[in-house]
Amino acid sequence: MTRRMTGAQIVVQALKDQGVDTVFGYPGGAVLPIYDEIFKQNDIRHILVRHEQGATHAAEGYARSTGKPGVVLVTSGPGATNAVTGMTDALMDSIPMIVLTGQVPTFMIGNDAFQEADTVGITRPCTKHNWLVKDTDTLGSTIHQAFHVATNGRPGPVLVDIPKDVQFANGEYTKPEDAPVAHYRPATAGHPDAILAAVEALETAKRPVIYSGGGVINSGPTATAALRDLVNDTKFPITSTLMGLGAYPASGDHWLGMLGMHGTYEANWAMHDCDYMLCIGARFDDRITGRTDAFSPRSFKVHIDIDPSSINKNIHVNVPIIGDVASVLTDMLKLWKARGSKTNSAEVQRWWQTIEVWKDRKCLSYKNSSSVIKPQYALQRLEALTTGRDRYITTEVGQHQMWAAQYMGFDEPNRWMTSGGLGTMGYGFPASIGVQIAHPEALVINVAGEASWLMNMQEMGTAMQYRLPVKQFILNNERLGMVRQWQELLHGERYSSSWSESLPDFVKLAEAFGAKGIQCSDPAKLDDAIIEMLEHDGPVLFDCLVEKHENCFPMIPSGKAHNEMLLGDASTSDAIDSDGAVLV
Amino acid sequence: MNALAIKKGSSRHSAYDLRNPLGDHQETHTLAVIVNNESGVLARVIGLFSGRGYNIDSLTVAEIDHRDHLSRITVVTTGTPAVIEQIKAQLGRMVPVHEVHDLTVEGPSVERELALIKVRSQGEKRVEAMRTSEVFRAKVVDTTLESFVFEITGTPEKVDAFVALMRPLGLIDVARTGVAAISRGF
Repeated sequence: MTRRMTGAQIVVQALKDQGVDTVFGYPGGAVLPIYDEIFKQNDIRHILVRHEQGATHAAEGYARSTGKPGVVLVTSGPGATNAVTGMTDALMDSIPMIVLTGQVPTFMIGNDAFQEADTVGITRPCTKHNWLVKDTDTLGSTIHQAFHVATNGRPGPVLVDIPKDVQFANGEYTKPEDAPVAHYRPATAGHPDAILAAVEALETAKRPVIYSGGGVINSGPTATAALRDLVNDTKFPITSTLMGLGAYPASGDHWLGMLGMHGTYEANWAMHDCDYMLCIGARFDDRITGRTDAFSPRSFKVHIDIDPSSINKNIHVNVPIIGDVASVLTDMLKLWKARGSKTNSAEVQRWWQTIEVWKDRKCLSYKNSSSVIKPQYALQRLEALTTGRDRYITTEVGQHQMWAAQYMGFDEPNRWMTSGGLGTMGYGFPASIGVQIAHPEALVINVAGEASWLMNMQEMGTAMQYRLPVKQFILNNERLGMVRQWQELLHGERYSSSWSESLPDFVKLAEAFGAKGIQCSDPAKLDDAIIEMLEHDGPVLFDCLVEKHENCFPMIPSGKAHNEMLLGDASTSDAIDSDGAVLV
Repeated sequence: MNALAIKKGSSRHSAYDLRNPLGDHQETHTLAVIVNNESGVLARVIGLFSGRGYNIDSLTVAEIDHRDHLSRITVVTTGTPAVIEQIKAQLGRMVPVHEVHDLTVEGPSVERELALIKVRSQGEKRVEAMRTSEVFRAKVVDTTLESFVFEITGTPEKVDAFVALMRPLGLIDVARTGVAAISRGF
């Protein structure tokens, strides 16, 4: 069944039929017909951001915290180019996102028209797929296909570019159930023989480790539940990537903490010394592996991933299982139980004793101070004062991000929203807005650095307009802390452009927007200040003045292996050799 | 792991049948990629190769199924075995890509290229060019009193050899189509 309507009406109808309740966007000349239709209805809420990059990150926050795709609506030209960073971020972190862009009318495309950009050309490498719609009759089915592609297989951002004349013209609307079935249908069930091989190796493993990633969270609640069952039933130690935090609870008995460049000592040593590695929905990223030729040299590696191109890209594995984590883990558990739920428990118990020795190194200990707030201490207090609440944490990118991952615990998935793959400074604040929109009653905190936060500070306007009580917890060291740390380790302590000069007075800045500002520099007053932030019903800008020269440890220096990691008390001179220096 | 052998030509499971992953020698493979014939599809494939630093030795594309809007891209590429597997996996996950076939490993195949070669010469060189073209079974498709345009089809190596022989005989221009390839048998 089809219905005749304008292109702009088709856009709004298609979004409704896809179950969209929120669109993040910014109007402009080439999307005015769509904004006109949004004005005429009440089913879809439009959140007006202050910059298109903010719209994309807010949509990411919405998507990462709900599991539903985020939707963005921006205009042609600068509207589209401003959305590029957010799309790339979503691509790297596999976040489902639908970006609708206006375009100059079809008859002006290629004429260098006002606010014209080759949007599909520019966004081809930063989307999973994109479409330029030249015919109103195909608009509905294209939008439905866009949702299908964004949410099936490995999720990611897609873009639909809609010229203004296509929005005005009348056409036939195709409902989702009548839309042509896309040939894009990635396999979700793992190959039974591969699953058998993985289970056989699991049963005899002496030093196993489970290494889970964002794919578990993307796969949804069934995957998380299956992962928890697997860990609890096998009693295998589990670590996770930055993206995967919360899939297995940080309070769980078998949790080793995060792995990788700033992961825990025990997680990285377990990865290095294990004889069986079960990688679930992670991709052996360079932040995880360190030096690839020294990565976990003696392990039998099983890799579950829905994307065939992730298999053997960085690390060769023994058993690849291509499929959706939920389906594969369910099948694995079923098979393992049918075969008698066997593990080599005596050896695994000895393995745990080895791990306990590593844990005793207490790699996250740091020298606290009574005169200045240590960033680690600030996050430990934030953690202590907020655990047990329905709490969502976003971050910006840098030292504070790593400290948040280390010192805050996540017991549920979709509660930790951070820019992992792309490492986008300026991501966290708009993301926290998207999270708060999706969870109006929840406590949403953006752990930030002062430099990252300033990159999208204009979104204070959005937070105020929609009365979003997002808490901006800024660890202010007046430095680009991670850059400064690398310059200390790698560039002879020449701190080229890595300090924050001419910073605003954050309390006055908050007040200028009508929000609340709090500043704290005294460790003794920190708890009261955090409580004041939590109790305020509205956006808060918390300027936490912290130690300026703290480095983030543990750390695997670039170009080194897991068993060469540095702890906080180690000498850092010559930590990175000339081979490592070219890496990032 | 022989149980993991998936039927040939299945791009979805191509990661299963990895050959020696640790080889760092360079191999040349001919891939046939069946894609939706839609706007921008060639740019996507080329962008994948340039964006990820893969080599393109030769690339041809044309519509092969007008009704279903399918095109066939034949791409000849060189890389280590691991890179070749990555290329196939990266192509296979693109939305408009239907199938990826590695003709180099999927059994015997036929490769052909067509070239148009313009030679300008007189006297003995002109006669020799004509004689050589007969040896290669090239066709003369245009002639003036002091020039020929030859049409030759064959493997890229045969075309290379013909071009090399024409160079001292007055070669002034070459147009090549790139490789089209298809598996033998059915």
